[in-house]
Amino acid sequence: MTSQVSSAADEANETGDTVVGQQSAPLSGASEESGPGGSGAKEVRRLDRVIIRFAGDSGDGMQLTGDRFTSETASFGNDLSTLPNFPAEIRAPAGTLPGVSSFQLHFADHDILTPGDAPNVLVAMNPAALKANIADVPRGAEIIVNTDEFTKRPMAKVGYQTSPLEDGSLDAYQVHPVPLTTLTIEALKEYGLSRKEAERSKNMFALGLLSWMYHRPTENTEAFLRSKFAKKPDIAEANVAAFRAGWNFGETTEDFAVSYEVAPAEEAFPTGTYRNISGNLALAYGLIAASHQADLPLYLGSYPITPASDVLHELSKHKNFGVRTFQAEDEIAGIGAALGAAFGGSLAVTTTSGPGVALKSETIGLAVSLELPLLIVDIQRGGPSTGLPTKTEQADLLQAMYGRNGEAPVPVVAPSTPADCFDAAMEAARIALQYRTPVFLLSDGYLANGSEPWRVPETHELPDLTVQFATTPNHELADGTETFWPYKRDPETLARPWAVPGTPGLEHRIGGIEKQDGTGNISYDPANHDFMVRTRAAKIDGIKVADLRVDDPDGARTLVLGWGSTYGPITAAVRRLRKAGQPIAQAHLRNINPFPANLGEVLGRYDKVVVPEMNLGQLATLLRAKYLVDAHSYNQVNGMPFKAEQLATAIEEAINV
Amino acid sequence: MSEVDIDTNELLTLIPKAEAKQSMKDFKSDQEVRWCPGCGDYAVLAAVQGFMPDLGLAKENIVFVSGIGCSSRFPYYMNTYGMHSIHGRAPAIATGLATSRRDLSVWVVTGDGDSLSIGGNHLIHALRRNVNLKILLFNNRIYGLTKGQYSPTSEIGKITKSTPLGSLDAPFNPVSLAIGAEASFVARTVDSDRKHLTSVLRAAADHPGTALVEIYQNCNIFNDGAFEVLKDKERAQEAVIRLEDGQPIRFGTDNAKGVVRDPATGDLEVVDVTPENESRILVHDTSVQSPTTAFALSRLANPDTLHHTPIGVFRNVRRPVYDTLMSEQLDTAVERQGKGDLSTLLAGNDTWTVAG
Repeated sequence: MTSQVSSAADEANETGDTVVGQQSAPLSGASEESGPGGSGAKEVRRLDRVIIRFAGDSGDGMQLTGDRFTSETASFGNDLSTLPNFPAEIRAPAGTLPGVSSFQLHFADHDILTPGDAPNVLVAMNPAALKANIADVPRGAEIIVNTDEFTKRPMAKVGYQTSPLEDGSLDAYQVHPVPLTTLTIEALKEYGLSRKEAERSKNMFALGLLSWMYHRPTENTEAFLRSKFAKKPDIAEANVAAFRAGWNFGETTEDFAVSYEVAPAEEAFPTGTYRNISGNLALAYGLIAASHQADLPLYLGSYPITPASDVLHELSKHKNFGVRTFQAEDEIAGIGAALGAAFGGSLAVTTTSGPGVALKSETIGLAVSLELPLLIVDIQRGGPSTGLPTKTEQADLLQAMYGRNGEAPVPVVAPSTPADCFDAAMEAARIALQYRTPVFLLSDGYLANGSEPWRVPETHELPDLTVQFATTPNHELADGTETFWPYKRDPETLARPWAVPGTPGLEHRIGGIEKQDGTGNISYDPANHDFMVRTRAAKIDGIKVADLRVDDPDGARTLVLGWGSTYGPITAAVRRLRKAGQPIAQAHLRNINPFPANLGEVLGRYDKVVVPEMNLGQLATLLRAKYLVDAHSYNQVNGMPFKAEQLATAIEEAINV
Repeated sequence: MSEVDIDTNELLTLIPKAEAKQSMKDFKSDQEVRWCPGCGDYAVLAAVQGFMPDLGLAKENIVFVSGIGCSSRFPYYMNTYGMHSIHGRAPAIATGLATSRRDLSVWVVTGDGDSLSIGGNHLIHALRRNVNLKILLFNNRIYGLTKGQYSPTSEIGKITKSTPLGSLDAPFNPVSLAIGAEASFVARTVDSDRKHLTSVLRAAADHPGTALVEIYQNCNIFNDGAFEVLKDKERAQEAVIRLEDGQPIRFGTDNAKGVVRDPATGDLEVVDVTPENESRILVHDTSVQSPTTAFALSRLANPDTLHHTPIGVFRNVRRPVYDTLMSEQLDTAVERQGKGDLSTLLAGNDTWTVAG
């Protein structure tokens, strides 16, 4: 009997009131639940949540398969969270462990926070995919393997002396051996494709099979395939046929006796219109929305770099919003062009990852000195140097804070979930425009490529970001002459006026040399420099940001404090601890520079502060330095997001130290 | 001076005109000029300030962007908008400004170290893109602001503080480099020849796209007399080849020398003009699309002695301008997709509704 029950110890129980993957009684009237063309005689069981991992060769189309399953799941109304995981090489050597690409999807009938710790179902397209992923799969889980690939050579390539399908090593799992390749070729024999071409559709066969298993709606996938291959209708139809063949295979073969239902997560979502969105897409949309709300043209200067390039790609599609995208000759020119556009009155952005930030540092310093609005989007990846381009990390925080010569403070904003990238981009734009400063937006690879449902905001809900350019003189000289002083500040925000070229009478020169307060003329005066350094710092310190909210229902003595993309795993771990009777307070920082005004007071309320980070303790360092708290750092830098269970254990250990 | 004929550069029509007649004084800022006394930069500044009124453009729509180095202080002295940026990056910054604001006349001021060493990458890419920038490259063949190290245009064997036994690297010829980088307008002039300098600036302003003007500029502190051979009346006769569009390329006392093409190699060479070869003297044509002859002209000069140095406009051809193309893409996108609607964009094609 197929089982998707997993022990509570293995799985995160994020809501606290249901057991993960727990089976409900078989549904009556299951026939109504079946998909296209089916008799629906098979048993249907209800699950509260499922974690599926698709794994195959880099060229097997696992990311596309995962994306489509995600899209089906989103339109069905489940809550979901995804974790794509792929190598940096475009086509790593076929059939090898480094070439394995995977896509994990967690979906549920309730509010969930992470892509899940361990899959209930592993789809392994070849021996390498099985070998690379089996350690993450709990016993009792289901494994669907493409038996066609389990021949001598592919197995030998990854070190299987005997077939794991036959030697008993998978006895603890529910294995479904499926000749995916053969079945796909067979299903497509009437399409006149070569064997190689037909074989390529095996991912769609697998998608069809999984779509049957989980009662996913299929219309959008078929429409997607027809549109993706609009110029090659034969290929489109072949893929649709493979997809349907996979569905029908599930329905007819005896090996799949049970299918599962995960009800829509209606109660998890407030009223509204929803869509699925990845972090990079949400970020790109946030930038376009900010430009719209500021009524300023958007200008992106960028150089391709993983995992940030998708923001460049996305914005390049929207020139009808007046978006200018400039693919520069290098990272330095990318930010240089953006800064030039900012001088001209655009909402200017540069997008990059850690190595690119290193190259942009000098220009960021110039932007600090010029006091012009500029967004620096850093989609963090594993470092140092080239590091792990396709993996996630939070180790650029101190680079963003301090990676410049001189005293060059820059505000830092960090989104917490894929959908939150939209709001975080708007927040970064607000600070940049209002305070005339470069701002760091620190996303990461996990947020960039992961996705989740997003309530689409109405445009009237978006903040007003309009700015006033200077148009008239702002200073009267002793002799009564009206003049324009580019560094005469707004007394409240300390922002200087933004006078764009083309404004008559306000001609002025700015530059990286220290400027005299007010006039902006070159000044080497010691006292003036001291004053200007302190004033620039005071401007950033004085930026108004929302107070930190603390979630502490039980009056806990320990606070867990995170920032950025660890929000999901930390929150899942916190739920788990509370369910186990352990009081714990949680707070999450979006604004890291400046910190929320109440942060010091919040930290002072707790006996212990635990700070989980995907680095070696960078936020903890900042907290210790500023608030003199003995922050307990918990760190992981393996290129992957935290797992909820492991994090819960670590927090518990920290509490009980 | 006559007005610039804007008919030759339709892009100038995008820039607002000055309402009243301007004078040189209008372009002088209130800042004290701080170059060393005797520096060639003064002459260039005066020439630029003197020529700007001829453009007839609203001065608030003129922007000077510079990098780092002695010449890069230039924007502080112009009563226009200006940015003194960081080392080597002025072409990149100016690219962002020019491509986002086609109503501005954007000028880049740079030096041989700024544009050919630390900023070489940005220079060549601005040139190949043909962004609507006017780049004034002050070449003094030395690092001045850092007190006298050799530069990427210094002659081999240059004795400086950083090369006490002589520099080892072969110099760039900025005109050759620019032509190789697909520049659509390339000229060379000399700081001390106000009339020639002004005529070249005018031709550059008239050019739609990137114009690179190399200005030989004397650093009287660290490399004094570097271009003396081109300035001394007597010696210049044999050293300088003045290029004039549509004219046979002749120079020397009594125009006794000329440039001809070697039929065997296709290369150019300097010959004594005789009745037999007079008909073979090359007639200068800046508008030839092929860069071959312009490049060959740029190679006539001896990098050590500067003998046979052509000055004037080498190349002046029409080629699509990056800013225009970028702007047209935005228009095309609106034509094809309609003006962007934020609500439609955010919702996408695949939504579901959660009812209360």
